[in-house]
Amino acid sequence: MTLNAAITGVGMSDIGRKTNRPAMIHLAEAARRALECAGLTRADIDGISTYPGKADNSPGMSPLGTGEVRNALGLKTRWHSAVPDGPSQMAPIQVAAMAVATGQARHILCFRALTESSSQTATQRASIPGAGRARLGGWYSYLVPAKAMSASNWAGWMAQRYFHEFGMTREHLGLVATGQRAFAQQNPSAVMRTPLTMDDYLGARMISSPLGLFDCDVPIDGACVVIVSAADAAKDCAQAPLTIAAMGAALGSQETWDQRPDLTTMGAHDSAADMWARTDLKPADVDVLGLYDGFSIFVPFWLEAMGFCGHGEAKDFIADGNIGPGGRFPVNTGGGQLSGGRLHGFGLLHEVCTQLWGQAGGRQIDGAKVGACGMGGGFIAGSMLLRRD
Amino acid sequence: MRPLPELTPENTAFWTGGAEGKLMIAFCADCSHAIHPPQLICPKCWSQAIEFKPVTGTGAVYTFTVNHQPWMPDMPVPFALAVVDLDGAPGARVTAEVVNADPESVVIGQTMKIGFLNIDDIWFPQWEPAQ
Repeated sequence: MTLNAAITGVGMSDIGRKTNRPAMIHLAEAARRALECAGLTRADIDGISTYPGKADNSPGMSPLGTGEVRNALGLKTRWHSAVPDGPSQMAPIQVAAMAVATGQARHILCFRALTESSSQTATQRASIPGAGRARLGGWYSYLVPAKAMSASNWAGWMAQRYFHEFGMTREHLGLVATGQRAFAQQNPSAVMRTPLTMDDYLGARMISSPLGLFDCDVPIDGACVVIVSAADAAKDCAQAPLTIAAMGAALGSQETWDQRPDLTTMGAHDSAADMWARTDLKPADVDVLGLYDGFSIFVPFWLEAMGFCGHGEAKDFIADGNIGPGGRFPVNTGGGQLSGGRLHGFGLLHEVCTQLWGQAGGRQIDGAKVGACGMGGGFIAGSMLLRRD
Repeated sequence: MRPLPELTPENTAFWTGGAEGKLMIAFCADCSHAIHPPQLICPKCWSQAIEFKPVTGTGAVYTFTVNHQPWMPDMPVPFALAVVDLDGAPGARVTAEVVNADPESVVIGQTMKIGFLNIDDIWFPQWEPAQ
């Protein structure tokens, strides 16, 4: 089964740390580049989709909503959506795919814009849920007030348990971080491009054990746009359409980070299993992977969730050189969020598409035809397979 | 200053039980399912007969992390955060700071007991080694 939806264009703004450029300027730049990529004009855009929508509870985390983007860019849309809940940062792409497949729009501008880096001050961290509020509700009110304030704490729990059960070490995660840095050195838009050695990695300060500085992604300012088009409309675009071969969005456990019965798995396992159940493609068919790396530990989790290796086998899979430059299953070839900067998964999808179009320059994977993308960590997850026909 | 949780009908017993030294956990009166975080409806059988009961306040460390990053100004670091499987409440875990122990001494599987830190109208659970 193939969905009647394709990705036809991607665009990323000039991203950076403390750019002090307004989010809308980043977004407009990304949108212009995505339209050029697709060979479309703004008059072709009739839908707009984002995650999570405008949110003021975490500074810089989601400064733009659909309405102000529609106003600012002068878009004439007949469909729009912002998805605060749902299958992770991938939700706006998946929802857009369903909208074009059901005839509600032809070309949908999906966006993520962040000014996390500029918004981060000594007293306000963008990454702390509910920062600035007097009293917290919801699932994180059982974590943040207990001083488990950061996702790095929550990911640290998962890593610690995984290390305990499967004998993974910091060196294995170091291979993820250094491998992605090596890719980033071939990517002019990555924010971290200086060489990163294993000694650098192991010597960096601890953030939340066993996760250190280079296990955490980099807050940035920037925007990324992905254009999702109906399959018939995609044929007229400048690039070969990247068909969405299958998606998965399952969440099989509670919405919180500490109660999943087995914390050596995450929502990724649920969503990826559903994705594979909806396609004839197999992991062996995949040429390039974009796997959510808010923290390095998510990469082995996603590898196992997507079936590239068995449960508990990721450390050997990584140590055998599968995922870095020259590997059979290269992961996050643009440097990922660990070295490229945190665009909340959109950057990973941008890179997969760039690879499938053969436009990745010195880091290009020869003949890449099938890409897998997984976004989210902990309980949230969305999975997608893209195929260049 | 750490943020505090809002008190709601489903969570007040959990956050205030420490005033009497008790770790109060929500259970379904019909099917005995332990529910944490607490809810007004049993997710297993949809019963609305939810009751809070004190548990022993002991459990085993399922996992932990030692936090070294000061997320807020004047936050003392390092400290350990333990995710503990509760004795007497199968499937429920309570996450809390570890006190009265070297943060680096925490290990998976070790037995912990509960204590409480009172701030305002909240009694925060805290874990410490049982021996």
